Amino acid sequence: MTADRPRPPPRRRLFALGRNELKGLFWQVLVVGIAVAVIAFLWSNTVTNLSARRITTGFAFLGREAGMPIADSLLAYNPRDSYLWAFVVGVANTLRVAVIGIVLATILGTLVGISRLSANWLLSRLAAVYVETLRDIPLLLQLLFWYVLMQALPAARAAWRPVEGVFLSNRGLILPAIPFGPRQLAVLGTAVLGCALFYLVRRWLVAQQMRDGKPRPAWPFALGLIIVVPVAVSLVLGVSWTIEWPQLRGFNFVGGMTLAPEYFALLIALVTYTSAFIAEIVRSGIQSVPRGQWDAANALGLRRSFMLRQIILPQALRVIVPPMTSQYLNLTKNSSLAVAIGYQDVVSIANTTLNQTGQAIEAIALIMAVFLTISLSISFFMNWYNARIALVER
Amino acid sequence: MTAITDIPDAPRAARRPQIGNPVLHWLRKNLFSSIPNGIITVVLLMLLTKGIFSFVQWGIANAVWLTPTNDSSACRAARGLGACWAIIPEKYRFILFGTYPFDEQWRPALSVVLFIALYYVSTRRALWRRELVYLWIGALALISVLMWGGLFGLAFVSQDRWGGLPVTLILATFGLAFGFPLGILVALGRRSKLPAIRSLSVLYVELIRGVPLVSLLFMASVMFPLFMPAGFNIDKLLRAQIAIILFAGAYLAEVIRGGLQAVPRGQYEAADALGLSYWRKHRLIILPQAIRHVIPPLVNTFIAFFKDTSLVLIIGIFDLLTTAKTAIIDPAWQQFSVEVYIFVAAIYFLFCFAMSRYSRSLEAPTTPK
Repeated sequence: MTADRPRPPPRRRLFALGRNELKGLFWQVLVVGIAVAVIAFLWSNTVTNLSARRITTGFAFLGREAGMPIADSLLAYNPRDSYLWAFVVGVANTLRVAVIGIVLATILGTLVGISRLSANWLLSRLAAVYVETLRDIPLLLQLLFWYVLMQALPAARAAWRPVEGVFLSNRGLILPAIPFGPRQLAVLGTAVLGCALFYLVRRWLVAQQMRDGKPRPAWPFALGLIIVVPVAVSLVLGVSWTIEWPQLRGFNFVGGMTLAPEYFALLIALVTYTSAFIAEIVRSGIQSVPRGQWDAANALGLRRSFMLRQIILPQALRVIVPPMTSQYLNLTKNSSLAVAIGYQDVVSIANTTLNQTGQAIEAIALIMAVFLTISLSISFFMNWYNARIALVER
Repeated sequence: MTAITDIPDAPRAARRPQIGNPVLHWLRKNLFSSIPNGIITVVLLMLLTKGIFSFVQWGIANAVWLTPTNDSSACRAARGLGACWAIIPEKYRFILFGTYPFDEQWRPALSVVLFIALYYVSTRRALWRRELVYLWIGALALISVLMWGGLFGLAFVSQDRWGGLPVTLILATFGLAFGFPLGILVALGRRSKLPAIRSLSVLYVELIRGVPLVSLLFMASVMFPLFMPAGFNIDKLLRAQIAIILFAGAYLAEVIRGGLQAVPRGQYEAADALGLSYWRKHRLIILPQAIRHVIPPLVNTFIAFFKDTSLVLIIGIFDLLTTAKTAIIDPAWQQFSVEVYIFVAAIYFLFCFAMSRYSRSLEAPTTPK
């Protein structure tokens, strides 16, 4: 309370508060009093109303049978499962759209942001039009628009085939897929492990180069750790990587991977909308690197890719990462618009639960808990990344 | 990877004297500066031509512009080939004003004009004075009278019949008008030295910003009746408005807090030295400077807001987007939703684009080129 005062007056007695402290105390008591009174008023009303409607508060309802259908889910679900499981399925659906959306939006946004700075007039104008249009139209409207377009697609029999094996129809997007089991997972695990090892090796190589100035090629290690070893593991285990091609049988498709129209529309809307914002962030990040840095890198005769990777990007990222975090959070929160087109994310399932059981407070509390957890995780990761790339003053 | 402007990637050759046709020179410089650039240009031109051609074909050449009232047969005949713009003259009154009594629709129309005039006046730097606050209060009161009626011989129109563009503008403007003072109070609270007030403000801001607006709106539409004493209920529109105000308050508070942090410490100390009270210090010295600092991000927040009011669709309030969606429920016109969405998107775009242009013009003088 008196943090930035030079020092407390000496020999202060416990109850001898100054005029300012008394005023401060008065205001705090007043504000907290009002807040407590309002909350108590709302709480007592709620308790009365709930008991009048014979709803018992508490999370016991989570164990009951949900009985709501969930059309499109990542995890196995049937309506006889509990509300708790329905919730978990909803969270998985939210994460499915948010994680893939974040990755795709970052890639698309970066491409558009770089295009906006292109020396090619046509490309940069087109990128500018893309950004302006998408930013100035409400996301919900875009979502409804994409969904209407999805529904207007031809039926499964007359599906579009942009590429062999890919079908686009009013059943959604159907892609060829590889059936995934534990053995395939093991191979993938080896590859991920290889990436991690390669990262360490590369750090060591750079450290060596820092010491004696001799460049050491890193690509043989990359080849070995990320490609050769997993391929060997795959051969040893005899894992089959046959691609399952979707086929039209009757009125629907068999095999492959299906992205339901709701999911696909939501994904497109979120990715394009967010990419417009990310493009602006990337553009201002690159523009924030002083011209002298480009000149200096050129003067050293560095190759263009090396220059971008080692000189420009590390400096641009410092400007890019913090606002990017809030875009990721926005995308995650915006995924709740799914309820408007009937994709069952966590908000939509909580809302159905609320309508079925009347457990309003619990449902909202669960939504808040889920989103706060996701927000905190994203912030935590991005803060870690930001700290890693932050300017190291020497 | 495309080349990036502003960056000399090789020592520049001495500037070539400009010979010949300036158009050719411009083309060479901006579209065909190198082989990859030339390829990009050609590919883009091909795609663009194809896109524009098919849009012109669908949207203009094969489009149906007018049909006899409530007869969509011409449109259905052209379906798949051309747009049905005839749905707009057919439905625009409903899309713009919802179920407001047809003969009284000059009232919401006038309200929209008043709103736009109010926005325009607020953008004039010369008018940023205290009188502007009175002007806002006056204009909002006038709009309320126009919309509700019941005074000066205007027939009363209950707010469940309001709809369309005025509702969108009301939600956005009132959300702003009440959210802004709330945001200032919360921002001051967050920087207060009093721990209880500070933690309450932090709690409020973080809770609201942590959850999606959709869940706040659900809360307003479903939980609000639970919170109130039995028998007491307020209108759905007002409940959504309250949710939007609370939402706006939290986001605006964060923007304003940024402005407060940008005010140099000396200003606080000078105000203290003059013996100003807390409120006078902030009203006269700190806030005018803080808000000036953050006007561009504030405008961006307003844009985000204006777009976010469309979320009330989810709880069934008749804003512009909901009336558009409802207009195409009519079986005769059901298939022409794309046209309606484009029309409504254009309206949203005009408002947001004007605001973003304005925000950029505000930023311009501070970033010298």
